[in-house]
Amino acid sequence: MLTKRIIACLDVRAGRVVKGIQFVDIVDAGDPAELAHRHAAAGADEIVLLDITATHEGRGTLLDTVKRTAANLFVPFTVGGGIRSAEDAAAVFDAGADKVSINSSAIARPELIAEIGASFGAQAVIVAIDARRAKNSADPAGEAEVYVSGGRKPTGRRVVEWAREAEQRGAGEILLTSMDCDGTRDGFDCELTRRVSEAVQIPVIASGGAGSAAHFAQVFQQGKADAALAASIFHFGITDSRALKAEVAAAGVPMRLPC
Amino acid sequence: MIAVIDYKAGNLTSVVKALRHLGASDIVVTQSPADVLRADKIVLPGVGHFQSTQLLRDLGLIEATREAVKNGTPFLGICVGLQWLYEGSTESPDTPALAHLTGQCERFPAAFNNEELKSPHVGWNSLEDIRPDSRLLRGIHNGSFVYYTHSWRAPVSPDTAATTNYGGAFTAAVERDNVMGVQFHPEKSAETGLRVLKNFLEL
Repeated sequence: MLTKRIIACLDVRAGRVVKGIQFVDIVDAGDPAELAHRHAAAGADEIVLLDITATHEGRGTLLDTVKRTAANLFVPFTVGGGIRSAEDAAAVFDAGADKVSINSSAIARPELIAEIGASFGAQAVIVAIDARRAKNSADPAGEAEVYVSGGRKPTGRRVVEWAREAEQRGAGEILLTSMDCDGTRDGFDCELTRRVSEAVQIPVIASGGAGSAAHFAQVFQQGKADAALAASIFHFGITDSRALKAEVAAAGVPMRLPC
Repeated sequence: MIAVIDYKAGNLTSVVKALRHLGASDIVVTQSPADVLRADKIVLPGVGHFQSTQLLRDLGLIEATREAVKNGTPFLGICVGLQWLYEGSTESPDTPALAHLTGQCERFPAAFNNEELKSPHVGWNSLEDIRPDSRLLRGIHNGSFVYYTHSWRAPVSPDTAATTNYGGAFTAAVERDNVMGVQFHPEKSAETGLRVLKNFLEL
């Protein structure tokens, strides 16, 4: 049976793993390569590395980090942050990534999705969407808005519509981050995740708000997510993937166990 | 020497890295029929559109592969590389394949048992009905998980060495003598995947 995926996410800045609360308040949480291997050994189904500053000067550091992290990592490995062209993507693939995640650059130039897919396959292109609910709307989830530039800039685009367009343009998966929930540990935005998951055929990875195993079970069962991403829940030793997955499985969600 | 065939379909880095990790040192990433003919083992990775396998024909690699496998060289196709072993795929009906095995690869159905079936099939799914005589899957048990990402699949036949269920059973691994293939990505399937590659290297 196809299982739901638990994805360990490493937010990286200048070669170190950090974790923000609602996109600010950065805390140092360690070395990316070391943490990636620890997560994989502890049962994470995939590893995502997001370069959250992604400055031009930092690209060399990032590629080195990707190379070190990919060495001897035998689960799917995604890299995102600052990928603005097919050439940027190719450099990240060459360093050992299996998939890239693109966000602001896909909004700015949606053709980029197909350009990367043409060389590396649609499965290698994840379109990441940072979403904020429309507070004063009668349908806050349905009218949730896409933000770019690390969540700083609203685009005026609706999340569900952009997810559909990304799929049509050849995205392999959607990584949906709720900015409202991110870092709160109060749970995922299940309603928003469900709306996006029902709008597209490709897998939807839910992100933002993980704080307990129950939250993961909820986003799989009510949110219809295919995968869910967690960062801070792991880094500070709250739990590891294996323990988390055992609890999620006990709630009736198919998980890769033993792992 | 292990020939890893490069036909510009996706990223070979991970496959080569996994083979090296398992101790294979003499790896040649190649498009040359001569390399395929002199190789001790052949690996055909690949992810993406079936149409990209057209290059294999254009390079003369269909004939070279036929010759090599007839001489007993172990061959492992991965993902699209497994699909290429069959007569073809509805993904690109005019693209000729190796036709070493009978049958066509087809897309997952839109629905199964009256329920919508999402496609592509992405994620970790379990191996079932593992053939006890499979050399490729030696030491791997039913229920072991492997990583998939694909929208087309090969039919189940007597050559099937293991199945996976998604919209019904499909061929997860195939094995007829020295010709083998896996629909999943062993290079991304943690310990189970490394075991498959190790079994192949030890043939």
